[in-house]
Amino acid sequence: MTDPAPESLTPGTAEEVGARAIAPGTDNSIIEIAPERIKIDVQNLDFFYGKSQALKGVSMSVARSAVTALIGPSGCGKSTLLRTLNRMYGLYPGHRATGKILFDDEDILGPGVDLSLLRARIGMVFQKPTPFPMSIHDNVAFGVRLYESLSRAEMNDRVEESLRRAALWDEVKDKLTTSGLGLSGGQQQRLCVARCIAVRPEVLLLDEPTSALDPISSARLEETITRLKSDYTIVIVTHNLGQAARLSDYTGFMYLGELVEFDETANMFTKPVTKRASDYITGRFG
Amino acid sequence: MALSAARIGRRRAQNALFVGFCFLVTTLALTALALILYSLLIQGVGGLNLRLFTMSTPAAGTPGGLINAIVGSIMMCTLAMAMALAVGVMAGTWLAEYAGESRYGSVVRFLNDVLLSAPSILVGLFVYEILVAPFKGFSGFAGAVALALLAVPVITRTTEDVLKLQPTSLRESAIALGTPFWHVVRTVLWRAASSGIITGALLAFARISGETAPLLFTALNNQFFSWNMAKPMANLPVVIFQFALTPYSDLNQLAWAGALIIAASVLAVTIIARFVSRDPKPS
Repeated sequence: MTDPAPESLTPGTAEEVGARAIAPGTDNSIIEIAPERIKIDVQNLDFFYGKSQALKGVSMSVARSAVTALIGPSGCGKSTLLRTLNRMYGLYPGHRATGKILFDDEDILGPGVDLSLLRARIGMVFQKPTPFPMSIHDNVAFGVRLYESLSRAEMNDRVEESLRRAALWDEVKDKLTTSGLGLSGGQQQRLCVARCIAVRPEVLLLDEPTSALDPISSARLEETITRLKSDYTIVIVTHNLGQAARLSDYTGFMYLGELVEFDETANMFTKPVTKRASDYITGRFG
Repeated sequence: MALSAARIGRRRAQNALFVGFCFLVTTLALTALALILYSLLIQGVGGLNLRLFTMSTPAAGTPGGLINAIVGSIMMCTLAMAMALAVGVMAGTWLAEYAGESRYGSVVRFLNDVLLSAPSILVGLFVYEILVAPFKGFSGFAGAVALALLAVPVITRTTEDVLKLQPTSLRESAIALGTPFWHVVRTVLWRAASSGIITGALLAFARISGETAPLLFTALNNQFFSWNMAKPMANLPVVIFQFALTPYSDLNQLAWAGALIIAASVLAVTIIARFVSRDPKPS
């Protein structure tokens, strides 16, 4: 590792920064998205775990009905960024975010935001499959019951529709009353996707959704995500660069809590602007 | 680096020694348990007959059974478990999900651990002071409260432990759907932890079903059949205690039969609960 780029990323003293004549972040390359296409607009977001700062001045737009991928080495803040978008961090004392996150022009970091409603509109699927200890049908119906009182027939339709969209219906249609815990890992993860979209959210947050799955299950889940992207705004965190390249329309590269480069995926993977993104994508570090 | 034969040989010997030791102590413990159950079975079976379940406890030399003690024990244990489950599951849930590392939480957790190992005779005396002495009479209610006090810390502790074992991702994925936290606890966490909570309840039931000391000061005993929990109440442990100490062989026999009934019912309840709460098998 003779490459000086990674070292230049560590926040230097004021003197060092002055010597290089760049303030941290000024060499970052972030493209703008046309205002009418923006679903979520992150503006100057800082995030703190107690005293340690995990996100530094992140500004990024998430385009409507498109897949935005977040890549970067472990600990770079991509999951943290994802978890601010549905205010998941609020569960833990000492975690706080400053800045603005406009979701359809409403600042979700502001006071008076109804978290249940926010999370109904912004769904999330986690790294490990987390089926609830109940039947497959009840897993999918779980979120719906929080917000809507559907008749039995309507609920059955909703469950079927959600499972079909998550590409799981054919595998489970004859055993909807059996426990969701009895499914394979890949099926469980698609069940979690079905449970999430059953609520009819506008945005799906996917936090490394395939990292606990075998290659075949991963491929099936990727197909599912591809099919969903016309109807949903999707943000996916992934360690798999191939996956980011295959699935996404936009890619953000993060490093040490900063969004270093944000561009259309095609550009990012063929002609990255910043040296750090280029080094990461070509496997020189990370 | 070459492997040294001497070193591998030594490791094998250490391994054999350790496994042998484990085997030995396990055998020792199981032998003791088997001997207890064997003598209980041999001595108790002789006393099993229909009269046990139709007649109340007799005076020496007259025929009799244990129905008053059996019904008394069932009533007091049931009431005690109902009270203890309500308090214990709530307290355990609070400790695991709401208290966090707060000071109040640690104090409650510490006191619960103290209560967990408190001698049962002290619990009996405590209930005597607050429920027997002021009302000038022993009662089934006081007995149930004493038993509940013994069951609560066991249930609280196991509930807290099994809830803490549930992965954070399970909580988060329920919350990510917009579920209010109390709803997450009720519909997801309790269900995920149910077999552990039931195990805790069983441990508590097994503990209180044989407790004698706290009942001596609270429910005392009653020679006659009674549904009235406001009065002294017959119960198996105290009957066993009293009859085992008499010189009369027919009463000794009833004591053995009573002990067998307690052991068998704990076993039966355990098996039923295990069956009801078993985890779903992957298909």
